[in-house]
Amino acid sequence: MGALISLFAVAVLAVLAAVGASVGDGPRFVLGVIVPGVAFAVFLAGILYRVIHWAASPVPFRIPTTTGQARSLPWIRNNELEAPSGLLGVLGRMALEVLFFRSLFRNTRIELLPEKQKLSYLADKTLWAAALAFHWAMLISILRHFRFFVEPVPVWVDWLESADGFFQVGLPVFFATSILYLVGLAYLLARRFIDPKVRYISLASDYFALYLLLGIGLTGFLMRHVEKVDVVQVKAAIAGWASFQAVAPVGVGVWYFVHVFLVSVLFVYFPFSKLLHAPGVFLSPTRNLANSNRARRHVNPWNPEVVGHSYAEWEEEFHDKLKASGYALEKE
Amino acid sequence: MAEKSPQELIQIDFTPPPRNWMNPAVDFEARRGTWSYPAAVKNLDYLGMPNPREWSPTDLDWKLPPNWKQIIHDGFEDLLKKYRSLKIFMDICVRCGACADKCHFYIGSGDPKNMPVLRAELLRSIYRQDFTTMGRIFGSLAGGRELTEEVLKEWYYYFFQCTECRRCSVYCPYGIDTAEVTMMARELLNLVGLNINWILEPVANCQRTGNHLGIQPHTYKDNVEFLCDELADVTGIKLDPPINRKGAEVLFVIPSADYFADPGTYTFCGYLMLFEHIGLDYTLSSYASDGGNFGLFNSVENLKRLNWKIYQEARRLGVKWILGGECGHMWRVMHQYMDTLNGPADFLEVPRSPFTGTVFSNTASTKMVHICEFTSDLLRHGKLKLDKSRNDKYRVTFHDSCNPARAVGLLEEPRYVLKNVCNHFFEMPENTIREHTFCCAGGAGLGNDENMEMRLRGGLPRGNALRWVRDHNDVNLMTCICAIDRATLPPLANYWAPGVEIAGIHELVGNALIMEGENERTTDLRGLPLVPEKEEQGDV
Repeated sequence: MGALISLFAVAVLAVLAAVGASVGDGPRFVLGVIVPGVAFAVFLAGILYRVIHWAASPVPFRIPTTTGQARSLPWIRNNELEAPSGLLGVLGRMALEVLFFRSLFRNTRIELLPEKQKLSYLADKTLWAAALAFHWAMLISILRHFRFFVEPVPVWVDWLESADGFFQVGLPVFFATSILYLVGLAYLLARRFIDPKVRYISLASDYFALYLLLGIGLTGFLMRHVEKVDVVQVKAAIAGWASFQAVAPVGVGVWYFVHVFLVSVLFVYFPFSKLLHAPGVFLSPTRNLANSNRARRHVNPWNPEVVGHSYAEWEEEFHDKLKASGYALEKE
Repeated sequence: MAEKSPQELIQIDFTPPPRNWMNPAVDFEARRGTWSYPAAVKNLDYLGMPNPREWSPTDLDWKLPPNWKQIIHDGFEDLLKKYRSLKIFMDICVRCGACADKCHFYIGSGDPKNMPVLRAELLRSIYRQDFTTMGRIFGSLAGGRELTEEVLKEWYYYFFQCTECRRCSVYCPYGIDTAEVTMMARELLNLVGLNINWILEPVANCQRTGNHLGIQPHTYKDNVEFLCDELADVTGIKLDPPINRKGAEVLFVIPSADYFADPGTYTFCGYLMLFEHIGLDYTLSSYASDGGNFGLFNSVENLKRLNWKIYQEARRLGVKWILGGECGHMWRVMHQYMDTLNGPADFLEVPRSPFTGTVFSNTASTKMVHICEFTSDLLRHGKLKLDKSRNDKYRVTFHDSCNPARAVGLLEEPRYVLKNVCNHFFEMPENTIREHTFCCAGGAGLGNDENMEMRLRGGLPRGNALRWVRDHNDVNLMTCICAIDRATLPPLANYWAPGVEIAGIHELVGNALIMEGENERTTDLRGLPLVPEKEEQGDV
């Protein structure tokens, strides 16, 4: 149900953009200039707001999850990347988490054979592989788009493109990341249908994000390989936009507007959705804190103002029994 | 209890129900054996906690305060202001499902709401509806739902069906920690008087007497003397451990179960023998008579109150540093909470072993050392006289207790001790040990008898791994460093892997220690023969 509603929603958005782009310069100006501009502003402001909102709450306790041996005795080898004792280790741990999805790499799946009373844990790296492929492909695709934003084209964009198009298949050359992006996303979507557990937990918003990203990828792919777009016009349109001398894009076709509109929707949606996992992972207290608890004190700004049952009260309450048992007392 | 045989219980259906999870409905009557009884009025009264009353989860009317919705809403808002973790964990889950089959309760029950992701969604759905723009606008499409009494009942059921073991947080790509989510949910439930007695009674006891079991100081002394008498029968040496002695170098803090019930008592004897053997200048305390802290499973205020006595007693007795015994959640408290809540312990000295000169710089601020760290260091420096062969009848494995593994990172020390005191050590399969370790399914206050079916279900992963080493390596003893484990693992092992006994590590240390002036040992600390009689010789 949620999957259908979301598909419908993304389809409506795409059609809206296509129709708008076909009816005249006014809507084209709105879709090609105003909407992306506003969306990008909402994206930046929204993320900034959210991060500040998160940071406004303190970290009352230092609660890292240790996934390896802590630093203790000098002759016991500690694992700085899994139970960091200081900043360097934390940076390393976070880098592994953010760049390579370390925790997801641990993924296993269970296999239960009731008749043999046997429960096994099988390595399952497909989710990790698909997630990593998709995220890296997206990053590289975004970086490739700098061809449109910067004039002259930075040399690193050329390098990135030649590396990405290494296999020299097709004309224009197919980028490896285009394929990885779409295949990765397709897997992430498919498992929401195929795996009963994941289907059960999936919300409409989970499908929405996937459809949106797929829509963006597919329209981009179409423009490069099928309904080829006039790159010079695109560049002119975006350059105008980026330099605040916006004019309605001309000669770029309907797919361009659909692509840009879906990207705009993604921008607006991002700071209000689970896509916040991108900035959020950096603030996760089980990962970004050192396991130095006993070595350095962590201060809680709102440490509750309660005290326990004092020794004096305790001694008074059990005075006779303490005395009868021969305890030395503070007050006889 | 245990009406179902293991063969029946293991027929687990992992097919999710057709019903959307957002429709809450828990049939408490039909699910007897999988939930815990509510807190008794006297315990809530004693602790000054809200809404004490007689009620049962099977009642239709849970006697909530009339403005309970507002109370929960305000409480949620307050927690969001206090805990960045809560905000982050509510906002960033993508429902990838990596955590789903990592929870022992999910594995053992197939109930999808035991998937950590869905357990958190029970709370998150209310958060979205009440505190996020998307939730306010799109409602259930954005994963929001209205807070109803049924939702609250579901919280009670599922947040007292999480042992806060943190296994899921190991696998989560964002480190979302269900223990933290469960702690927050229990804070909210407290506000309207929904709590369980197996937590609140120990908390009330501990506040009054200093320990969860409610053992008063004269009984404390009697228990210790009784155990020393028993021990004298084994070793021929009568120990007289100091209690509440001022001026000792070390305050030794342990979980109260260690001086109360088997098999923890044998571990207790092991500690005392070790201290006698090396001549440690230490004291026990009948005031700080429990390092364990069920406040951790209840509220931050109670956590702080119960922990408060440790530093107070260290100061009163004028010790230099604190040594802590084998206990899982106690060590999460000592490692991650004590210094923040009740520190700084600037009146203590950085712990230094008087026998090896080792300075425990990893405890420079908290000034509290884990007994496994302490004993490892002694062993490393050859300070102990041992006869490993006294543990030869045991084929030993080690169960990493959740908190020492995933909150402290104490993985090698207990293994080092074990390998020094016994000859036959075997690891369970790698996905079930160290940071991947499975819970005993009775932690976080759930180790009561009325919850036995859920404990056995949740105990399946651990029990099954144990069964594997039993069958492949003839393992007959599972060691652990947790008092809750020592209480909850025996029925679990008996059910899933019969024939395996449970012990603390220092019980094996005690068996192996060659004490000065001891009798020739013929029995272990349990009073059983060191060399078991061969079956054919016995008249079975």
